Amino acid sequence: MTVTAVTPIEVEWVDIGSVGDILPQSARVVRTPQGDVAVFRTAADTYYAIDNRCPHRGGPLSEGIVHGDAVTCPLHNWVISLATGRSLGADNACVATVPIKAEAGRLFLAHRPLAAEAA
Amino acid sequence: MSTRATRERLVVIGNGMAPGRMLEHLMERAPARYEVTIFNAEPRVNYDRIMLSPVLSGEKDFQEIVIHGDGWYIKHGITLYKGHKVVAIDRAARTVTSEHGETVPYDRLVIATGSVPFIIPVPGADLPGVLTYRDLDDVNAMLLAAQGREKAVVIGGGLLGLEAAAGLNARGMDVTIIHLMPSLMERQLDPAAGYLLQKAIEARGIKVFTQANTTAIRGGRKVEGVELADGRVLPATLVVMAIGIRPNAALAREAGLDVNRGIVVDAGMRTSDPGIFAVGECAEVGGQVYGLVAPLYEMARVAAARLCDDHSAAFVHADTPTKLKVTGIDLYSLGDFADGDDREEIVLRDATAGIYKRLVLKDNRIIGTVLFGETSDGAWFNDLKKRDVDITEMRETLIFGQAYQGGAALDPMAAVAALPDDAAICDCNGVCKGQITAAIGSQNLTDLDGVRAHTKASASCGSCTSLVEKLLVLSLGDAYRPAAVQPICGCTDLGHEEVRRLIIVKRLKSIPAVMQELAWKTSGGCAKCRPALNYYLVCDWPGEYVDDSRSRFVNERVHANIQKDGTYSVVPRMWGGVTSPKELRAIADVAEKFAIPTVKVTGGQRIDLLGVRKQDLPAVWADLNKAGMVSGHAYAKGVRTVKTCVGTEWCRFGTQDSTGLGVKIEKAMWGAWTPAKVKMGVSGCPRNCAEATCKDFGVVCIDSGYELHFAGAAGMDVKQTEVLCRVATEEEAIEHGLALVQLYREQGRYLERIYKWARRVGVDTVRAQVVEDHERRRALAERFRHAQSFAQVDPWAERVRGVDAHEFRPLADLTMMEAAE
Repeated sequence: MTVTAVTPIEVEWVDIGSVGDILPQSARVVRTPQGDVAVFRTAADTYYAIDNRCPHRGGPLSEGIVHGDAVTCPLHNWVISLATGRSLGADNACVATVPIKAEAGRLFLAHRPLAAEAA
Repeated sequence: MSTRATRERLVVIGNGMAPGRMLEHLMERAPARYEVTIFNAEPRVNYDRIMLSPVLSGEKDFQEIVIHGDGWYIKHGITLYKGHKVVAIDRAARTVTSEHGETVPYDRLVIATGSVPFIIPVPGADLPGVLTYRDLDDVNAMLLAAQGREKAVVIGGGLLGLEAAAGLNARGMDVTIIHLMPSLMERQLDPAAGYLLQKAIEARGIKVFTQANTTAIRGGRKVEGVELADGRVLPATLVVMAIGIRPNAALAREAGLDVNRGIVVDAGMRTSDPGIFAVGECAEVGGQVYGLVAPLYEMARVAAARLCDDHSAAFVHADTPTKLKVTGIDLYSLGDFADGDDREEIVLRDATAGIYKRLVLKDNRIIGTVLFGETSDGAWFNDLKKRDVDITEMRETLIFGQAYQGGAALDPMAAVAALPDDAAICDCNGVCKGQITAAIGSQNLTDLDGVRAHTKASASCGSCTSLVEKLLVLSLGDAYRPAAVQPICGCTDLGHEEVRRLIIVKRLKSIPAVMQELAWKTSGGCAKCRPALNYYLVCDWPGEYVDDSRSRFVNERVHANIQKDGTYSVVPRMWGGVTSPKELRAIADVAEKFAIPTVKVTGGQRIDLLGVRKQDLPAVWADLNKAGMVSGHAYAKGVRTVKTCVGTEWCRFGTQDSTGLGVKIEKAMWGAWTPAKVKMGVSGCPRNCAEATCKDFGVVCIDSGYELHFAGAAGMDVKQTEVLCRVATEEEAIEHGLALVQLYREQGRYLERIYKWARRVGVDTVRAQVVEDHERRRALAERFRHAQSFAQVDPWAERVRGVDAHEFRPLADLTMMEAAE
């Protein structure tokens, strides 16, 4: 397991659950005041968190098929990089990533009191 | 047109590839001249014997290698006696007699009795479990033996023995090859190539013993092992003798014809009796007998011409390349490669890449070629040899192949473009480049099947397929789209058919196993290949494969249809479009209780609840379940609906109970996963109110029974159905429907609708398998029912009970956090 996003200084980490709550190659949703965040676990047991809205038409990325370090949106098949939030097709669009870390079997999401962290 | 009584009578003994090809030529040149009768000792039609190895390994099935189906004989008015072995020829009376006592007179007779396999005369050679490798019966016997996955010993390390060993290995048997000579395929390969071949064979887990002499087959009531001269005993439950063949000339000898090694014929294929011809492996022409298909087809051409009184046709000997049909081993051998004082050789070895190439030269001309590991220049070397080209100029670079001639390296396409028009492309059928390009132009051919039908090129062993495809590209440019080689996605170079075939052959039962064994280029696939693989595994291993929900599109994972705002729609099943006050009341209650914004009637005669929040789905389903309703699978690449009209129960025009039949079909088929959605309809009369003639499978009731339809479309494409057949009873209608859907399940590419599948494989092919072949239909329907015994579980009820509960709950809810702080 690896920490997957640069950690901003003074970040507040919130325990969102156990690492085992998410199956490999799938995602769960965390509801936050700024909107839903999709938390992903890849086949290699890397964890990522990004806003649960496809930059194309707002599709719920948490419902997409996870392959490698990417997810395919269920609405119109846009492919989004989980590491950068960027769309991998011709369209240069981006979704916000959220810092996440796994420690001692627990998952911690960076609390975002103000603005989302764009990678 | 001559009448039946005045036509000459042609009798053919044997129905293998040579006489089959001869009759094709004859039907083209003089279709009405002869009244033809064939006696086939095998109880079946003419098939491509060269392709038995792919049948054994599971890469093809028998239907795919049939050359002439029953229809061909009927169309040409040929009488075919299947399973009739001819036991006597009476040359004085001009008759032949079969073992069943059938006596038929002839004006001309063609003997094509083929060959018989050698059996080593050792003790125990007649034990049950000792087989030869000659015909479909042998293959079926081997397949039966392979089910036990025990030990097999193949005696003989030649072409046939190696193919048999590879096939049995692919079927899961523990295989050992024993070979009398020091290296494998010593007649076609030099020892260096034989060594590489042995390595490649051993890399598959097949054991190879060379210089091993069999002294006895051990066993009591059946075979138990093979004893070698050095005293070793190899345990075996199956022994395949593949040492070689000899011409089957016994019948001819008894009839008093000249027989040497084979039946002696002149260059016109005529025997010592001018009324009798011989073709195929049984014939000896110019002092030689032949076992490869190209010279046998040449004999067929000559015999057909002579039967049409074209006396110019004569058999000419030509060297034929040898190719091994074992997937993954590339091997090519041609001509003479023995050492000699007057000979020189050019050798290229690349040990790491497993490549060996050797050219044998005499007087600066190629006389022999052995290629291992990389064989694409075989056709070019063959062409240089055939045209007797002096290679002095290109001697330095000759071994590197055509691409390296003339300075800059050429791409493979340019190499094919550079071949002269008389370069042989298909060695089996003797088709050259010019014939293929001419046929593409004059017949407007656009695909491989067209070229095969018109020129026979690549229609026998198939190893020249890529050359033929390159010629299509050269002739048609971008207009040629090779359907067969389209990879599933960027993760693999394999197409859908190859992947499906290999899943079964290699018994792959999970997505990681498929990706590992078939060398996927990505670590975990993509959103295109994973759902396809998941479907193929669900279809091919019912009850064994564990469905991978993470490789399913969201709709099939959560059993509802995602909408543009991330909510879902819920469609309960209404069998045959029939509902009740109780069901309608439950739907109304659910809609109110969960504040479902839209309730709409669908095109498939049921009711759609739109705008359901994901977290409400299990509770909505629970309420619908309580009223007896189950999932309508409106979200599935699977069986959707059966639309019906009211039929005889109410309608004054109805001819049958269309509603009742629709309900029965839906009850039999619900829950099945298919390559793409399957929509059905049953209309009670030809007025067709249920619009059954644009469905994937449709039934139109008629006075005498049921007209079955398939391959309709009413979406992006609109297409009327094809008629499958007419049947008399509901039971037959249902069985045909199940068999059709199962055939589609087994052959369809993921996301390919029935009409596209039928267009690809051919409507007649579908009919032949579902309608005409009764046994196959029953087997297909039985496989469908078997799969249904695992598939017919209501996914809604499962989730109401708690399956996949995590799907419907957020991992955490932080929205209240600020308020709590």
